[in-house]
Amino acid sequence: MKKKVISGLLVASMLAGMTIAAAPVMAEDAEGSVLNIYCWNEEFKSRLTDHYPGYEEVDATTGKIGDVTVNWNITPNQDNAYQNNLDENLLKQADAAADDKIDLFLVEADYALKYVDTEFTAPVTDLGLTEDELADQYQYTKDIVTDGNGVLKGVSWQGCPGVLIYNRAAATEVFGSDDPATVQEKVKDWDTFKATAAELKEAGYQVAASANDMFRVFSDNSSSKLVEDGKIVVSPEIQQWIDLSKELVDAGEVGTFDLWSDDWNKGFYPDGKVFAYFGPAWLIDFCMAADTEGSIAHDGGWAATEGPQGFSWGGTWICGAAGTDNPTLVADIMRQLTTNPEIMKDIVTADNDFVNNKTVMEEMAADESYGDAVLGGQNALAMFCAGADKIDRSTMSSYDQGYTEELQKAMKDYFEGNATYEDALQMFYDNLMVKYPELTVAE
Amino acid sequence: MNNSKGKVVRYNKWGYIFLIPFIVVYVVFQLIPLVSTIYNSFFENYRSGLTQVGPNFVGLANYAALFSGGKIWIYLKNTMIMWIMGFIPQIVISLLLGAWFSDPSLRLKGQRFFKTVIYLPNLIMASAFAMLFFTLFADTGPINSILMNLGILSSPFKFMSNVWSVRSLVAFMNLLMWFGNTTILLMAGMMGIDTSLFEAAQVDGATSTQIFWRITLPLLRPILLYVMITSLIGGLQMFDVPQILTNGTGQPAETSMTLIMFLNKHLFSKNFGMGGALSVFLFIVTGILSLIVFRINSVGNKD
Repeated sequence: MKKKVISGLLVASMLAGMTIAAAPVMAEDAEGSVLNIYCWNEEFKSRLTDHYPGYEEVDATTGKIGDVTVNWNITPNQDNAYQNNLDENLLKQADAAADDKIDLFLVEADYALKYVDTEFTAPVTDLGLTEDELADQYQYTKDIVTDGNGVLKGVSWQGCPGVLIYNRAAATEVFGSDDPATVQEKVKDWDTFKATAAELKEAGYQVAASANDMFRVFSDNSSSKLVEDGKIVVSPEIQQWIDLSKELVDAGEVGTFDLWSDDWNKGFYPDGKVFAYFGPAWLIDFCMAADTEGSIAHDGGWAATEGPQGFSWGGTWICGAAGTDNPTLVADIMRQLTTNPEIMKDIVTADNDFVNNKTVMEEMAADESYGDAVLGGQNALAMFCAGADKIDRSTMSSYDQGYTEELQKAMKDYFEGNATYEDALQMFYDNLMVKYPELTVAE
Repeated sequence: MNNSKGKVVRYNKWGYIFLIPFIVVYVVFQLIPLVSTIYNSFFENYRSGLTQVGPNFVGLANYAALFSGGKIWIYLKNTMIMWIMGFIPQIVISLLLGAWFSDPSLRLKGQRFFKTVIYLPNLIMASAFAMLFFTLFADTGPINSILMNLGILSSPFKFMSNVWSVRSLVAFMNLLMWFGNTTILLMAGMMGIDTSLFEAAQVDGATSTQIFWRITLPLLRPILLYVMITSLIGGLQMFDVPQILTNGTGQPAETSMTLIMFLNKHLFSKNFGMGGALSVFLFIVTGILSLIVFRINSVGNKD
């Protein structure tokens, strides 16, 4: 408790120094007394609770920052419920009473452009953040939330370079060593990866839980937009994913489970017999059942290596809603969580997240005392740093979420032999056009 | 003269007054939505991201889009197959149970208990029921591990990737959920039959099979017709069970995709035009099929 108070004071004094020039903290009083935050899970809430100076939790759905009440409007992602709810409320934003207006909402990479390219998101500079303050952030995290006119509409506290997360016990059993360098040799490119998959099958392991695990590695490296000028494109990289997956599924070396399903999750436990997952820091930290006794993560049984190809996956961005009555507070949350080096360092040590700050990350990567418990104490940050520098998300489109979902669903039938490639592709096109009636198929 | 006429009018008035609640509810919740659905089906009206497109009048373009590619007929076929697969065993079991329960000569014990038990599955939410089956029959789920432990299977059977296993599961679940309801309806019908007819038949030396086919079944026809038409309409609107069981995909390769599941997909883009067109199609199909069932069943009545 004492520690918290002291660190709170320290941060507050620093914050005061920073904000004196821009806008006095007192100005908050003149602004709205309710801050409405829209998001889909507890991740951001725990970040704000643990790291934002002066945030006090009242109960599960409310908190307080000074005199301002923070309202959490959390709607799960399932069946698009989060976005449906957000859309309805954004469309009503202009007529809503000041205390009911959305002040801040979160978006994910796959559909960020859907919001960024509209006037419902407020430019970050209008809220009071300057470009200098954001200089340390990874460029790609800014590209994703920059609209067609080059205006930045959101900020993120995390970077999401992905790695191959492998099961140490399986590596030791099959390759005789769980050293990242040895394992990297076994997965250094896709041909070697394929050969390794066969070797793992002999030993009773699946190289990955599902073909869908590898999808992000290919889609993130796509050479063209997946929807270009309203036309659906199957880029060479996507094609490569389809071909490789079909080969591995036919050989029985990888499953076809839906991501996040119970069958897919089985690999988080030793009996699941899964060699590796592909994912960024948030997957390791937030999804791999580290809190459940008996899971591989709980016992620190995973390790990270670069894998066949660098990629990024997901990420959460903070957007200020246009028309917010708490612009100063929104800006300050953005500033504290995404630019304050002290807070960002805390996030790394406390939550093992990969934060969006080059200086901090490079410093932490060199810090030998830091290690991720889930990864058996390995410091994989250097790997993540190298990945983050190389991420290029210029081929994003606002349809990526629907594209990903429908492609994975349709190709599952092809992988399992229930549909020919042509039929599966047609099914994908049809379903994507039901989701987005304005799209057509590229010739 | 005038007096008696006045009385008739007064009675009519009360008749109309008692009809008002039904008419109001019907108009507000049935007629207006029906007409507005038909009206909406002629418009292009959807949302792309946060941008609203339309409504623009496009004539029959939605219907043209609906029938192009012919998928709608496949979905209709899927729906009918799964309904029939569930309905035939359902009506057989219900008739049998109904006959047993309503036969006083059998003197079944604990009738009340069994009548309650067979109705119970209907009290569970269909989605919860489907979720249960989804978990039971998952690739690494309990059914597969039981079968493997018994040595019946050497590797897990992918229930959700086989056309007939998915359809059978859907049919089985619908059967389980609805046979109790059907049994109770049929039983009510059977108990309404004059017992003197059964006694007369018994005196004449008819076997119980003969009694069932010659007396029970023909006299049960109106109830049977009601059961068939309501079940048909319910079957055409099949949604929750296959939706949850296949996670909305209608897998494998959309062979368990029903019409309403397809309708549900248009919700993503709030596509009221296409949704309207599909609903009108469903309305017409339901009408035609109900008429056919009605005709087939009433032909015999005239004999």
